[in-house]
Amino acid sequence: MNKKDLGLVLLLVVISAVTGAINPAFLSLVNLLNMANLIGLFGVFALGEGLVIITGGIDLSLGSMFALLGVVFIDLLTTYEVPWPLALLAVLLGGLALGGIQGFLVTRLKMQPFIVTLCGLLIYRGAARYYTSDSTRGFGYGDEAATLSSIASGNVAGLPNTFILLIILALVLGVLLHRSVYGRWLYAVGKNEEAARFSGISTNIVIATAYIISGGLAGISTVLFVFYTNSVSPSSFGNFYELYAIAAAVLGGCSLRGGEGSILGIVLGTALLQVLQNLVNILGIPNSLNFAVMGTVILIGVLADHQLQARRRRKMALAGVVRARPRSTAERQQGAAARNADALPARTGDQA
Amino acid sequence: MAEILFELAGISKSYPGVMALDDVSLRVCRGEVLGLIGENGAGKSTLMRVLGGVVAPSKGVIRIGGTEHARMTVNEATQAGIAFVHQELNLFENLDVAANVFIGREKLVGGPLKLVDSAEMRARVTPLLERLGADFTPDTLVENLSIAERQMVEIAKALSIDARVIIMDEPTSSLTISETERLLEVIADLKAHGISVIYISHRLGEITTCADRVMVLRDGRTVGELARNELSHAAMIRLMIGRDLKALHTPPKRPSQPGGCDIVGFVTSAFPDRQIDLSVRHGEILGLAGLVGAGRTSLARAAFGIDPLLGGEIRIDNAPIAIASPRDAIRQGIYLLPEDRKKSGLVLELPIRENVTLASLLNYARMWLVSGPAERKVAKEQVRRLSIKVPSIDMEAVTLSGGNQQKVVLGKWLSMQPRMMFFDEPTRGVDVGAKSEIYALMRELADQGVAIVMISSDMEEVIGVSDRIAVMHEGSVSGVLEREQFSEYNVLQLAIGQAPDTVEAAAP
Repeated sequence: MNKKDLGLVLLLVVISAVTGAINPAFLSLVNLLNMANLIGLFGVFALGEGLVIITGGIDLSLGSMFALLGVVFIDLLTTYEVPWPLALLAVLLGGLALGGIQGFLVTRLKMQPFIVTLCGLLIYRGAARYYTSDSTRGFGYGDEAATLSSIASGNVAGLPNTFILLIILALVLGVLLHRSVYGRWLYAVGKNEEAARFSGISTNIVIATAYIISGGLAGISTVLFVFYTNSVSPSSFGNFYELYAIAAAVLGGCSLRGGEGSILGIVLGTALLQVLQNLVNILGIPNSLNFAVMGTVILIGVLADHQLQARRRRKMALAGVVRARPRSTAERQQGAAARNADALPARTGDQA
Repeated sequence: MAEILFELAGISKSYPGVMALDDVSLRVCRGEVLGLIGENGAGKSTLMRVLGGVVAPSKGVIRIGGTEHARMTVNEATQAGIAFVHQELNLFENLDVAANVFIGREKLVGGPLKLVDSAEMRARVTPLLERLGADFTPDTLVENLSIAERQMVEIAKALSIDARVIIMDEPTSSLTISETERLLEVIADLKAHGISVIYISHRLGEITTCADRVMVLRDGRTVGELARNELSHAAMIRLMIGRDLKALHTPPKRPSQPGGCDIVGFVTSAFPDRQIDLSVRHGEILGLAGLVGAGRTSLARAAFGIDPLLGGEIRIDNAPIAIASPRDAIRQGIYLLPEDRKKSGLVLELPIRENVTLASLLNYARMWLVSGPAERKVAKEQVRRLSIKVPSIDMEAVTLSGGNQQKVVLGKWLSMQPRMMFFDEPTRGVDVGAKSEIYALMRELADQGVAIVMISSDMEEVIGVSDRIAVMHEGSVSGVLEREQFSEYNVLQLAIGQAPDTVEAAAP
């Protein structure tokens, strides 16, 4: 566990303790299990978003993907009476395919991830609304997918299955990201795509795979959310959810510049976001302030992280460990330095 | 002796744990070119920062025009007429030349509206550019200028603030041979106008050409000063490293073996209408000389699969090899040490260990899972073999000096089995000590039967290290020189597309 993750755990504990002290209901079993369920629901796709962010990209299309895949999923089960395993498979493949298309556009056609996935956001939402003529789709009174429903929204010894699934996926992806060759490539590509290419890494495949994994996880999340709400209204289902995922990843230590972040961090980030939402309810803070609280905490968290890192770097420089200022920072400041120092440099290079 | 412009006396600068400068004195006279040399880390940059007012010295005084300062601010330094031409140029690419020259000091019109008077600025920059012999206009966008031209912009900027001393830090590291000559002419002209230049460079040939006096720093101390008539490579190198470098060229242990790599009819996207034919024997170092932009790097990139190959093929021992990506090239044992190690060679923020194993990670993995011990073993081996000076293989590559960074990139390739290696400017920005280590390593590889192509713009290096030299001119090989034909003159002749002096240009 790195320092960042440790800090998050600490923050999580402190916030929970304070909230619990003010209102003990926060720590009641019912409330905790309810939160666990939500953490599971929101964590699954945040993992995929995290992978994409580590490549230096972003996926804005997740929420709309839920709507499109969700209406298709319900339609397959109710209208076409497809057996649920097939419907499940169709949704998973659909998610993988959408991720694949976005990955292809980003890597082979060199389009910017923000634009590709923003267009995805608009297109999928529009498609979902057109497909259903903007009407809400839900399950009838039959038990079209009772088995799947009980898996998706059930629990084991009280622990929500969504949460268990998140833990399993986090473990699998944790090994993938932190122990496997692919994970190493992912970080290398995120930090310096060109050097990765010069090392023989097929950077396009590495990046596209991250989008595909994200799409696949979005497929899983779709099913979980469908059984959580039991209906899909195409104009609002999953709205803003991609932002939750981005917020969780950033809070969990991912940098939008790429190359940074951990699976544990993303899970902790998701947990923190859900705790904050819950805390707003429990402490009787007006619900309308929900987003504002979330935004403030993320802002403070990222700010604190920056300050701590800057301090660490200064300390290292003073200790003489870093003989040269890290170039990346130096270069970022170069423009400013040139302006401040007029004709004089902040450095003349070659100081090592 | 001419009028002394300024003087640094007994300057020391200590950082915790490091004595960056120790009792260094320096004076600059009006209209003189002072060469400042020393290995990386010798304290040249710190000294220049003291001079520029960026860093305050711990001890010592700075005398300018009769007044003494314990330290200077950046503004005082600027007012005293000290200007820098940066190693990595600090220009705004999206602005035009005039705007860059006057950045922060824009000429204004319109009173309180403070509008920028572009016409006035351009009018003022024109004579400066004429004086420097530049062939671009003040309204050219900097992004359209070559590195040499950008340097002229920096010099124009220095002239525009009436600089009396211009400090040039490695100004020629990215220049072609003819551009370097042009710069040296400009320096002579500045000198004639009474402007002093402090010229920092690793390239001793240039120092010999332009300096009136050379100061040598080692480990933060002045180790010697050479007057114009005492300048020689041997004397300077002796002072810089405290020992004589033996002649660069180490002959191969055995005559190069038959067989090798043939590049046949290569067509690269940089020169779609030219073909390149080149052969490198196993066990030989082939120097690839030529002006910057002659297509040498494009050749290496195409052979390594970075850029698409429009025609032709590579054969190793007469067997054609298909290369569509760096991965294919690596699988065939063809490696490239790229020109820009920070951009293409290293992932700076990853530890040394991960950089060394980046290209061969699958070899240390079972079922795609990386084996920590195996990886560490390989990284440690390379650090030892290349004598990379680091306390730990878990340090980020960004913390290393240029020479050590280059060795990490080398370690990445040497942990595998090379058959053919391209070295693109292998010693750019690398200090003298590490340079000779890299040369020795190239020789060692060659002796093991690797075919080596060394792209270099450093004449000493090309002539000193290569067994044969191929020279490129505008996208194709204009000639190949055998060792007995080696001379700066011959290389230059071929580089500009002329026939070499003595023998007929040997066909590649």
